[in-house]
Amino acid sequence: MNNTNIILVLVVLTNLKLLGSSRLGASIRVVAMQGVVLGLLPILAHTNELSVRFAVLAAGTIALKGIVFPWFLFRAVWEAEVTREVEPYVGYVTSLLAGVLILAVSFWMCERLPMPETLASSWLAPVAFFSIFAGLFLIVSRKRAVSQVLGFLVLENGVYAFGVGLAPHTSLLVEAGVLLDVFVAVFVMGITIFHINREFDHIETNRLNTLKD
Amino acid sequence: MGLLFAMAILLLGAMAVLALSRPDRNVSWLGAGSVVIASVLGCVPVIQVLSGGSIEAVRVPWPVPYGEFFLVLDPLAAWFLFPTLLLSALSAIYGVGYLRVWQGRRSLGPVWFFYCVLVLGMMLVLLARNAVLFLFAWELMAVASFFLVTFEYEREAVREAGWIYFVATHLGTAFLLVFFLLTARETGSMDFTVWAEKGIQTRGLADILFLLAIVGFGTKAGFMPFHVWLPEAHPAAPSHVSALMSGVMIKTGIYGLLRSLTFLGLPPLWWGWLLIGIGLTSGVLGVLFALAQHDLKRLLAYHSVENIGIIALGIGVGLLGVSTGSPVLMVVGFGGGLLHVLNHALFKGLLFFGAGAVLQGTGTHEIDHLGGLLKRMPWTAATFLIGAVAISGLPPLNGFVSEFLIFLGAFQGGATLGAAGAVPLLALIAGLALIGGLAAACFTKAFGVVFLGEPRTEHASHTHETGWAMRLPMLLLAAGCALIGLFAPFVVGALQAVLENTTGLRREVVRVNLAAAAGPLALVVIGTVAFLLLLVALFLLRRGLLAGRRVEQGVTWGCGYVQPTARMQYTASSFVQPVTTLFRWLLGTHRRLQRPEGIMPANASLTTETPDLCHGNLYRPGFLKVNWGLSQLRRLQRGPVQLYVLYIAVTLIVLLAWKFR
Repeated sequence: MNNTNIILVLVVLTNLKLLGSSRLGASIRVVAMQGVVLGLLPILAHTNELSVRFAVLAAGTIALKGIVFPWFLFRAVWEAEVTREVEPYVGYVTSLLAGVLILAVSFWMCERLPMPETLASSWLAPVAFFSIFAGLFLIVSRKRAVSQVLGFLVLENGVYAFGVGLAPHTSLLVEAGVLLDVFVAVFVMGITIFHINREFDHIETNRLNTLKD
Repeated sequence: MGLLFAMAILLLGAMAVLALSRPDRNVSWLGAGSVVIASVLGCVPVIQVLSGGSIEAVRVPWPVPYGEFFLVLDPLAAWFLFPTLLLSALSAIYGVGYLRVWQGRRSLGPVWFFYCVLVLGMMLVLLARNAVLFLFAWELMAVASFFLVTFEYEREAVREAGWIYFVATHLGTAFLLVFFLLTARETGSMDFTVWAEKGIQTRGLADILFLLAIVGFGTKAGFMPFHVWLPEAHPAAPSHVSALMSGVMIKTGIYGLLRSLTFLGLPPLWWGWLLIGIGLTSGVLGVLFALAQHDLKRLLAYHSVENIGIIALGIGVGLLGVSTGSPVLMVVGFGGGLLHVLNHALFKGLLFFGAGAVLQGTGTHEIDHLGGLLKRMPWTAATFLIGAVAISGLPPLNGFVSEFLIFLGAFQGGATLGAAGAVPLLALIAGLALIGGLAAACFTKAFGVVFLGEPRTEHASHTHETGWAMRLPMLLLAAGCALIGLFAPFVVGALQAVLENTTGLRREVVRVNLAAAAGPLALVVIGTVAFLLLLVALFLLRRGLLAGRRVEQGVTWGCGYVQPTARMQYTASSFVQPVTTLFRWLLGTHRRLQRPEGIMPANASLTTETPDLCHGNLYRPGFLKVNWGLSQLRRLQRGPVQLYVLYIAVTLIVLLAWKFR
């Protein structure tokens, strides 16, 4: 088992942990860890062509995903949240079972999808898909706005993992663009959460329904 | 080349008026000036081509997919370009005077910008020979005219009229898009010249394409029942824009139909019958609804529907000629339709100018609020009268010439096509006669109530003649109507080039048939000139007899009453009451009557209103149904963000699953 696969296993485990955890703080820490682990991916996946480019990419990723985003989110939780619980629509055990199911489906699906030859590992595509679907699942099944930001980050991590696995084909510019997008998104979400909280004294999305149209 | 220069000048003019966005009186002159210069420049090659010169073509690569900047000036395009350029220039001059009241109240830069763009769009539509370029120009024209229609956007009614126009024109374009895509797939090209060479060989496909063209181009032209936007948009638009839209813009629909007929191969007999049916429906219903209107510009808009119907009749007769291989029907039918395109541009432009002058002088286009304008606006009244006689198809003027050609075609066809063809053509003759008669009745009403008698309200009594900028275009158009009428045999000869191009007949055949039609026309012209001379003689005789006697002027409709009042005059609805009662089952006129009661009745009133047949019974319910169906989709909008993300996720998964099918 090579380094890439270790990282991918870690990504899968962090995703499952996220699906099953009930505390917001813990969830943020798990996402931060996933970010750091993924930040190492470009260096480990392409050991034979180690370059400044990958080093810069890795450093940027770790700085953003491991430090800046968690700091933002912790601040949002401290300033806005009353309780520190995730408050799911779907229970933790059910979420975990759904996660396992999604994992299985992702592997089955990637068997049948045509894949480029140069992928760093045969596990890369299924794990990326798993992250995307798990992120979507988190967004759909959690009430808290912060949880939804976390789901969005997980989703983006899946896209990022796939992109890095293909790194020789995609340019640094694209990856930097993706990072910048996510940064702006999290920034906006953080500010929005803060403002919604100030206006409405809560950030439970299920109570914001009255805002529709 | 001249046309390219003309378009460049229009573009420059459009940019320049936009740059001068301050409410400045120079804007009008700049905008109108560039249109006039462009028209004069453009007319040179147009007249060259129409008099048998060589066909010009320009091909420039255009970076749009499948697009090419491919322009050809052939006789058919030139025939439509001539009235377009002429009326654009005259409307622009008229517009300078018409928009003067808005000076200082509103920035006129955008109006002139869109006016230049509209003229440019119409020129491009007529010249384009690439499907993508054509659609681009078609949309340019639609959008520019939409902004012109909604010039007075502060008024609710104007905004609604604008939306109706916008929706109608885009529905039409949707049909055209399908038409072009199907043709392009069949021929493997976007080039009109290739389409015309190859032609559509599959019978069923050609039929479908013909129907698509009828709906798509018919919406712009105003065929019944696709005419709903005309009676809304024409009254809402500023009068010089109404004149341009009604006079030439709707003719691009006719042009498109004629152009697409060149792609579709030999037409079966029923295409001609269908066009004749549409023409009769549009003509008769158009004039009937015009008769029942109280709004001068709305009345004129319905007359546009009627005249488009007459043009469709001409084209229908021509198509019958193509199907049966009869050169007489081709020449006379297409010739009548094409000549009516020019004639309608002249007299409808003139009438809308007149209506605009009345509107500007009195502040209203309610016919029943007017009256007695003949004494106050003699120039407008005289030119309006000429336009009214022309549109009624009466002999000394141009409307008669084109309708005469269509009559001639119908009689020829009735004689040659046998019993099966004779009956529908007899219906055409009867219908066309009915249209002419009702149009004459309608304009007797419009002219009589607006210009004759005594002023009915304050609006009409405090008015004045218009300025020269508005009077000059009216005089020129009136002169045009009279000249075409008086020189009819020679004007018919001018159709030579365009008919050769449209029908593909040999030069000699066209010339012989046109000469055959010109013969009876010459007799009619000689007769009318004799009649006019007689009139002049009678007038001189009257003056001679009255010389030296005292001539007293009394109040109009005085009738010997001691104290006559303006309310004793015929109103617009009472004048046409016999006809509207006859056709009440069709018109669906709403009447609210409060009968006079008792020996000394105090209050009594009668209001009539004739809403559009198709608008109320066909489109409104239809669109309400569509709206209801779409509002069902709002059930999807619940509020939780989670649900919306779920929709996205489900869509993605379904797409993936579809991939694995």
